[in-house]
Amino acid sequence: MKRDAVIWAALTLLVFTLPAFVHSPYYYSVLIIIGIFGIVVLGLTMLIGYAGQISLGHAGFFGFGAYFSAVLTTRFHLDPWLAMLVGLVATIVLAFLLGIPTLKLHGHYLAMATLGLGMVLQIIFKEEVELTGGPTGLTDVPHLKAFGMVFASDQKFYFLVWIFLLVLYGLSINLVHSRLGRALRAISSNQTAAGSLGIPVNRLKLLIFAVSAGYASLAGSLYAHYLSFVNPSPFGFLVSVKLVAMVVIGGSQSLWGALLGAGLLTALPEFLAVLQDYEMLVYGAILIVMMMFAPQGLAGILAGLHEWVKNRDHKKNAQA
Amino acid sequence: MLKIKNISTFYGKIQALRNVSIHIQAGEVVSLIGANGAGKTTLLNTISGLLTPASGEISFDDQSLKGLAPDQIVKLGISQVPEGRQIFFHHTVLENLELGAYLRMQRKNRDEIDQDLARIYRLFPVLAERKKQLAGTLSGGEQQMLAIGRALMAKPKLLLLDEPSMGLAPKLVREIFETIFRLRKEGTTILLVEQNAGAALAISDRAYVLETGRLVLSGDARELMNDPEVRRAYLGKDYGEVWD
Repeated sequence: MKRDAVIWAALTLLVFTLPAFVHSPYYYSVLIIIGIFGIVVLGLTMLIGYAGQISLGHAGFFGFGAYFSAVLTTRFHLDPWLAMLVGLVATIVLAFLLGIPTLKLHGHYLAMATLGLGMVLQIIFKEEVELTGGPTGLTDVPHLKAFGMVFASDQKFYFLVWIFLLVLYGLSINLVHSRLGRALRAISSNQTAAGSLGIPVNRLKLLIFAVSAGYASLAGSLYAHYLSFVNPSPFGFLVSVKLVAMVVIGGSQSLWGALLGAGLLTALPEFLAVLQDYEMLVYGAILIVMMMFAPQGLAGILAGLHEWVKNRDHKKNAQA
Repeated sequence: MLKIKNISTFYGKIQALRNVSIHIQAGEVVSLIGANGAGKTTLLNTISGLLTPASGEISFDDQSLKGLAPDQIVKLGISQVPEGRQIFFHHTVLENLELGAYLRMQRKNRDEIDQDLARIYRLFPVLAERKKQLAGTLSGGEQQMLAIGRALMAKPKLLLLDEPSMGLAPKLVREIFETIFRLRKEGTTILLVEQNAGAALAISDRAYVLETGRLVLSGDARELMNDPEVRRAYLGKDYGEVWD
């Protein structure tokens, strides 16, 4: 808890000092995308790392939120914040509908069900042309406004996204360290024993699944308003895999590790544009290597380094 | 307190329990003995709701347990210490114990929970020494103590103990049985499943003997200890010794 609070504070400081050094809109756009994926990954980490469930359809929830915002604001001229809220509620309801039957089953049924859901949503985004604009998508999604400010420039939007992320990150830290978080970890380590203590296993798994879908939906809404444009391509299966890769590479048992994973996998392709065609191949290779050599992810590697340095200093002091 | 009438439980097509009826009164320690595969664990899991019986009735304090989920059964006051301990390796000892009190873990109950923790630490002082340690680093005996302590944190009216001596060194086995004896003196009602029939009978009021899913014998623990069939089959006395 203490360590997480320190990291949260450090990140907050970083978010507000960074603009002093960053001026190019390009870097802001990268930071915004990192923040948006960071929000999705925060939710997904709680599902994967704490409840031990895998979702291969989170890009679908991400898209569901994005399309709700885009469709409600462009076609029905709803207030953007209200549209975001409606999208959030709709996504959570969808997650419950999917989760109630599948989370009763042991094993990886949730992964299969979410895989299917992601594909169905992708088809809806593409085929419901009247509503979603089909493969060409929807343009002119309005900007978000608050307190007399329009979040149009990259810099302003950067602050908006990262404030969202910081709030949700703080919320996640609290959740993970609450009685609920402890119960979730108990479920992922031994479901039968957790049940025998009176922990309502299915209900908690369902709850965290819905929460993680909600995070993805909020991120999707922000995404739609940032680009002021949506089309189906960023919400496909490969993006779901990429999101899981972010969680695993960052360290599924650690919220800040997952943020690191989101940063790495968003920023790397920007700098390694040459590898573009082989992106999936590279992710696959990284995933395999991580699973074999560092199952705790980047967070695990960093924690190991920290231990190593501490021990070395101890030894040095002992010798001196 | 607990009444089980004509229970039959299946694993798929295989019938593990055939028309078993047992009852337990408040304050009693009752043990369930039998060979491997006799259905002892199945019976415990049926009581705690992990398995659903195909037929028969179970009632606890005159309330039927039919169709209740495991967490609802815990809420009524039945806690199980599962076979093989099943503690949470990646949680600390303290977290394991607090998870045992999951159902009443609210701020307003904090004092009461702290008192219960103190009670567990009196019962198992070694757990107090190791409360910040990860449970996976405990020895087998300590893990068993933790599993019992965790179940007690739910303040059960009835404690179900599944093979608490399994895989432990003789000295630790004695320690575990001494603990059960102390719990009995404090008035805890216990249903004990054991392979170590001699030790189980010594600390029980009554016992039931299961054989391939059927109840074959029941009665006062002391009488059963002297029953020639029980002595031969479960207490390791050979025919010669029994008949002489």
